[in-house]
Amino acid sequence: MLLDMAAEAFGDRTAVVCGDQRLTFAELREKAQRAAKLFQDGGAEYVALLDTNGPVLPVAIFGAAYAGVPYVPLNYRLTRGEINELVQRVKPCQLIVGDQFRAQVDDDEQVNMIATQDVLGLSGEVEEIDGAMVDPESVAVQLFTSGTTGKPKAALLRHENLVSYIIGTVEFGSAEETDGVLVTVPPYHVAGIAAVLSSTYACRRMVQIESFDPKLWLDTCRNEQTTSGFLVPTMIGRIVEYLDAQCEELNAPSLKAIAYGGGKMPLATIQRAMQLFPNVDFTNAYGLTETSSTIVVLTPDDHRTAANSDDPAVQRRLGSAGQPTGAVEIEIRDDNGQAVGANEVGMIYVRGGQVAGEYKEQGSQLDADGWFCTKDLGFFDDGGYLFIDGRADDVIVRGAENISPGEVEDVLREHPAVADVAVAAMPDEEWGEAVAAAVVLKDGATADEAELQALVRERLRSSRVPQTILFKDELPYNDMGKVLRRVIRQEFAALVQA
Amino acid sequence: MSKVALKAGARLKSAVSDVQVMAIKIPAGEYEITCGGVPMVGASDEAPAGASMDAGDSGETLMGKRYVDEGETVEFLCTKAGAGSLALDGKPLDVKQAKQLPSSD
Repeated sequence: MLLDMAAEAFGDRTAVVCGDQRLTFAELREKAQRAAKLFQDGGAEYVALLDTNGPVLPVAIFGAAYAGVPYVPLNYRLTRGEINELVQRVKPCQLIVGDQFRAQVDDDEQVNMIATQDVLGLSGEVEEIDGAMVDPESVAVQLFTSGTTGKPKAALLRHENLVSYIIGTVEFGSAEETDGVLVTVPPYHVAGIAAVLSSTYACRRMVQIESFDPKLWLDTCRNEQTTSGFLVPTMIGRIVEYLDAQCEELNAPSLKAIAYGGGKMPLATIQRAMQLFPNVDFTNAYGLTETSSTIVVLTPDDHRTAANSDDPAVQRRLGSAGQPTGAVEIEIRDDNGQAVGANEVGMIYVRGGQVAGEYKEQGSQLDADGWFCTKDLGFFDDGGYLFIDGRADDVIVRGAENISPGEVEDVLREHPAVADVAVAAMPDEEWGEAVAAAVVLKDGATADEAELQALVRERLRSSRVPQTILFKDELPYNDMGKVLRRVIRQEFAALVQA
Repeated sequence: MSKVALKAGARLKSAVSDVQVMAIKIPAGEYEITCGGVPMVGASDEAPAGASMDAGDSGETLMGKRYVDEGETVEFLCTKAGAGSLALDGKPLDVKQAKQLPSSD
């Protein structure tokens, strides 16, 4: 439906650009409908994709929708074993696979592999498929979560969830002819899917790069004259570092807006980025796979107001997620499930049409009133700005006291010698769990354990002081820039056992 | 049949033109939605034969526009453009003024 609308109103506009490949909205619809025919004739239960960003991404998403079959993007960065495990969970399927990943997949008679080039190269008569006929309650997308806490879960997003998100947050055809969004998030992330749907509905040109690199991002932005971009905080950090190291300026006058999300943005990075790009509007988006992406945004005005304010309460909003979009309701609840007031930390609950909150194996996780527990902790300030306080699973329970790793990390990060830090629980005989920190020092800088402990003791309560600090060359991250606390926890646990 | 119960997400098509709409916001109840003066039908239903547009209706329903009643208690999104104006229980629906939506992408 979304693509039909775009193709009918703005069929001649460029929909997607990747390298020297270009498709208009009308061409995209033709290709998606040919692909849908192929998927229907193949009779599989899923359409999976194992490839990097490219025009095949919107073709597969919309083709699967026309065919009425769930679309399942797979993470090509996983190991061969992990990839095959996921493929086994969606067979019988049609698997669209890029040439460089073909060897990663085991042969299986229920897995029909189709090369990306063959999907894009389909020709012949287009059989018109009416996008309005797709059942809104059917599953549009099945996304495997990153599985930071265990086996990846299969999150289900139904057509009605995605349509609710798009219609609640985007105005149809709102893009100007010259607009273009530079997309760098990987196809297997919910932001990658949201980007395709939002761009299509806004009738905006989408410029893809296969995988992120700061120089490639800057070059593409300048050459394609893109007007906006979506990045994860780590990518913004790398662009800022690159520009500072090269003593180069942004020099991309077309760029008007950058949105970011997917992980916590370090305060220093966003401050530096705002200095380097004074004419760019920054938006922070907080959301989850299970909520069809964004539910809270910190707008460009919020960024500027916070950066220019003398009031500490307003200043610190630069580190907040912002305010709920009009499409959802958000509530903070305590351990007993009771809603709490401003400035009280609790579990973040969300409700709305875009909130799917459903897994294939575990079923719907919504409560009787339609609320979904994000398992993220946070609080609203007096102005209704949401601050995210980390994952509930990451909370350190020392004695009877709950300690959020984030607050200890924020203090340690202020030390001039500290480049990066992750705080996690460590098993402790006396307290059950104790606070431990993994610290990466800046090149050539020094700091010892006692000095860092003293800093935390001075700024926070003594219970927050890390009893062990491990100095490391780097911290483990997943490719969306989320630090893997699970890995760090295991390291500390091993330390105790030894 | 003239009045039908509708819920958000429901798709309707015009009986007399290409127009298709989706209900975005609609309080519980029964309504008669017309396009060009003729009741609209479900997106997958057959349009009744022989229906013709109200001769006095020279309006058009525009792609991607949101149509609301006076109090903005109901909202429909046009998903396919065509001839004929929309009305709810005989009262015309108008294009909602576009407002800036908080969007991340």
